[in-house]
Amino acid sequence: MRLKKNLALSDSGFVFDPSTGDSFSTNPIGLEIVKMLQTGKDADEIKAQVVKTYLIDEVGFEKDYYDFVNTLTKLKLSDGSPEKKD
Amino acid sequence: MAARRKKIKIAVTGLNAIDSPGPGIPVIRALRASGDFDVRIIGLSYETLEPGIYMHDLVDKTYQIPFPSSGKASLLTRLKYINSIEKIDLIIPNFDAELFNFITLANTLRKEMGIRVFVPTLDQFEERHKSNLPAFGKKHKIKVPFSKMIFSTAEIPSLRKDFTYPLVVKGKYYDASIAYTPEQVASHFNKISAKWGLPVIIQQFVYGQEVNVTAIGDGKGNTMGAVPMRKQYITDKGKAWSGISINDRKLMDMTKKLIRSTKWKGGMELEIIKTANDEYYLLEINPRFPAWVYLAVGCGQNHPEMLVKMAMGEKVVPFKKYDIGKMFVRYSYDLIVELKEFEKISTLGEL
Repeated sequence: MRLKKNLALSDSGFVFDPSTGDSFSTNPIGLEIVKMLQTGKDADEIKAQVVKTYLIDEVGFEKDYYDFVNTLTKLKLSDGSPEKKD
Repeated sequence: MAARRKKIKIAVTGLNAIDSPGPGIPVIRALRASGDFDVRIIGLSYETLEPGIYMHDLVDKTYQIPFPSSGKASLLTRLKYINSIEKIDLIIPNFDAELFNFITLANTLRKEMGIRVFVPTLDQFEERHKSNLPAFGKKHKIKVPFSKMIFSTAEIPSLRKDFTYPLVVKGKYYDASIAYTPEQVASHFNKISAKWGLPVIIQQFVYGQEVNVTAIGDGKGNTMGAVPMRKQYITDKGKAWSGISINDRKLMDMTKKLIRSTKWKGGMELEIIKTANDEYYLLEINPRFPAWVYLAVGCGQNHPEMLVKMAMGEKVVPFKKYDIGKMFVRYSYDLIVELKEFEKISTLGEL
């Protein structure tokens, strides 16, 4: 997925969507993933980064990742375009 | 050396800073925040318990004025008396219900007393009435929920032909209630018509997020300032108790288009519903600043100050930007008032 470009993120995990005025809180790993999504990283790149940094296997990560991404979509934080595939 | 602020006397109505607040107090706060004007504020009140009457740090002197239903002759007589004491430069009316009188008196006030008002024309004012909104939307190519005027409860059963429940029952000036059944429509009809008269407007309920815009037009089609806000906390009267400025290009385009096509003059508020499909429905155009106009000041656009400058014939340039993500949170506060003050406004009509 691609996140809306203009989302404002703070280091505390506060996410603000200036186009709707909605705001959300996420935990540190959520923030890290949101930041990676915002820089245009795809699911594989994010998976590689997270699996390398944290004690989690690929299957476990994917389950949580897609759950998280679904939540972002439901919250209308996606810009609606499909994930970039090289 | 800082430039001296220009002294100006401005009379302001809408001092009812209550649960359904008038815009007077936020307009006054905005004027007090002006870097260009040193204002003396003359409050114009209708009732003796309007809180602004007793807010002496904001309002220098208050005079009671007759209710709009008394007509413009009695308003003019009262304003002549007030002006003989205060020498007012400008009046900023803040109630929909009083605007007709001020619009039609504008020339007289200017010629006979040198008082300026910067309000919409009578055509602009009439065209955007709730009862005329469907035609207005059609003319200016803006989506408006289907609506219909009714004049008696006998018309309620047949509403099923044109509407699906829920629907919104609205007074011609103020008040709106959602009805889920014909019985609820009848109950709201009776309450609203008793307070605001006929007709009562029935509007199709549109699901979505409430977004509003405070804006100001120069009367030539230019938007001099506009700040959109999303309501975050809504009271049981449907008023925003908290809101946040947002960056919504479609909303801004809609505002500019509307001001361009109507050549709107003065302050205004657009009430809009944004649906889940990103469609925008115009619910109302209020022909004056909203009670949350101070948020615009917080965002870097002082709309009341802009209005004063235009009214006084000063050269102005439109605001180009505003802060996004600024919030307002309204609060209530108990003023302690000496009985002497209440007695004075009640008996003498001024304080």
